[in-house]
Amino acid sequence: MIKLKKKIPLIDQHNKFGFYGNKFGGNFCAETMRKPIEDLSKLFEKLRKDRKFLKKKDHYFKHYLGGETPFFKLENLTKHLGGAQIWCKDVSAINGDAHKAYHATVNALICKESGKRYIAGDTGAGMFGKNLAMAAKKMNLKCKIFMGTKDISRQAPNVKFMRDAGAEVVPVDSGSKTLVDAVSECMRHYVSNCDNTHLAVGSAIGCNIFLKICAWSTSQISRELKKQLIKEFGEIPKLKLINVIGGGSSALGFWNEFIDFDKKHVELIGVEAKYAAPLSTNARVAILHGAAQYCLTDKEGQIAETHSLSAGLDYPGSSPLHGLLKDSGRARYTNASDKEALAAFKLITKLEDIRPSLEPAHAWSECIRLAPKLKKSDVLVVNNCGKGYKDKKIYIEQLGYYPK
Amino acid sequence: MKNSINNAFKVAKKENRTALISYTVCGDNTKDKSLQILNSISKDLDIAEWGIPHNCPTADGKDIQNSSYRALQNGIRLNDIFNLVKRFKRTKQSKPIILMGYYQMIFNYGEKKFIRKCKVSGVDGLIVVDLSFPDNKNFAKLCKKNSICFVQLIAPTTTMKRMKEIIKSSHEMIYMISTISTTGSKLKYSIKRIIKNYNIIKKIKPSKNVVIGFGITEKTISNLRSADGLVVGSAICREITRSLKHRQNPVTNVSKLVRKLKNKII
Repeated sequence: MIKLKKKIPLIDQHNKFGFYGNKFGGNFCAETMRKPIEDLSKLFEKLRKDRKFLKKKDHYFKHYLGGETPFFKLENLTKHLGGAQIWCKDVSAINGDAHKAYHATVNALICKESGKRYIAGDTGAGMFGKNLAMAAKKMNLKCKIFMGTKDISRQAPNVKFMRDAGAEVVPVDSGSKTLVDAVSECMRHYVSNCDNTHLAVGSAIGCNIFLKICAWSTSQISRELKKQLIKEFGEIPKLKLINVIGGGSSALGFWNEFIDFDKKHVELIGVEAKYAAPLSTNARVAILHGAAQYCLTDKEGQIAETHSLSAGLDYPGSSPLHGLLKDSGRARYTNASDKEALAAFKLITKLEDIRPSLEPAHAWSECIRLAPKLKKSDVLVVNNCGKGYKDKKIYIEQLGYYPK
Repeated sequence: MKNSINNAFKVAKKENRTALISYTVCGDNTKDKSLQILNSISKDLDIAEWGIPHNCPTADGKDIQNSSYRALQNGIRLNDIFNLVKRFKRTKQSKPIILMGYYQMIFNYGEKKFIRKCKVSGVDGLIVVDLSFPDNKNFAKLCKKNSICFVQLIAPTTTMKRMKEIIKSSHEMIYMISTISTTGSKLKYSIKRIIKNYNIIKKIKPSKNVVIGFGITEKTISNLRSADGLVVGSAICREITRSLKHRQNPVTNVSKLVRKLKNKII
């Protein structure tokens, strides 16, 4: 079993080749990309210690993204389920409507520092694309977003947003026409344009440096949560932190500050989509998009197709950092079906005022399953990491309505 | 047999010309057709590269993606590839064959098993697109131990320090990527600049056979013929796509194209 190192940030627990636990991650990329990613690594290591840069980042987080996102108890749901206390870290309240806002903003800031004028990113649900388009506009960068044609049609509101913000949305029609092919196409674009383009990978995936930047950016969520917990409870209570997993960027941000806690004290639970669930279905390790990770493949090693109603979860791979958390036993992973996510959305929106997108609806489903089995003293916190409006059409198709 | 790649370069040098290297995808568009194509063009080739199709090819342009897609649609598997290599080698024993692919396919099959299979099938060399230096050190050693040439890549972005290290750890053949791009795009740099980059590599270690690839077509090939070898890939894959689209025989069309390419370098 892999052992986690205490007091070392999760993203820094890799060896000199970029491997976590000598097994996950690495830099499986074309020679052409080696120098640009090495330059980016050096720049990032400098910037994360640079006071001026950190101040600028905090300034953007506070004034551009709207500062701390709320943390509150869901009284009605708690009462209805009659078990653990259910709390919501409502990351969807951020300007940008999802955790991807942190990651997109940081990437645009890094791009600016690198002196590059072009930024390219991939997107599935469109949350990263939209936030990257917004950040690029704010910082005067030219932005290209790669998106599968299937996702362009099912996440149309976000596509409109990207185009309105001045980004070029590049439709990807190869393979599954979803996120996995969008990421491949975006990486190909980078291989061809790495001399003037910064690559912003949309989740905590890809070569070592890309997942580091991503998880570093989203860790803002757990920094806030830690303070909010202490404010509410006077200490860190016995907790279960439930988060949906696609690539896994929001979970890494939600969990980051709690990695060193004992798992009996703070339990980390990741919820995948049922037919895109490499972590919870014992998938093998495979190399995808530059890194070794748990990934769905066929027997021959070809990357498998996935199926999820949620575009953000429709991805065969998972962050190498989740591989590390799984193999070290620090986090546990489960999954929820489309149906279960829809049922969760139905219940949550009936009882509470939040409107989760399809992605966090999967996390809510696990919360609903768990809460009745637990005691009143147990605290469940769910990361409500995306706003539901982008899925309005799908919810109406599936449920017949979208709540006000 | 053992030094067939080196021999191929020697023969070309003796004839005072660059070595012609093809790249096609094994199984494109069917297993038999891809073997027929290779058999037919091999008389004009010095070395043949065969791609192992993968469905997440992050460094390939549209043409090779199309070829890989067709091959996968027709059900090609790694074991088929080894069998096809064996069949090719049965009649063209001295023609070196290099397999080129992504590391996932090897990783999934198992490194040792993969190399053993290469050896018994008659594979002479390997190019693993996304297993770059220094991550490829162990794998390269394993290749060497089994008399398989591990071909290192050098890109326009490779620094001088890194280039020296790569060359030092390389076997008899080095692949120079002409331009910052995926396979099959237009040459972004002038011929002069590409030759300059090539000369830098040659100067570090003149005895290594350095081939140039990416963006080599009928139009550009003669300008680069001072190199030890030139790889034409996407242009051939494009011809297969064109032939299939027009319901023509890819074997005759590709053979004509390769003959034309050859004529431009002699």
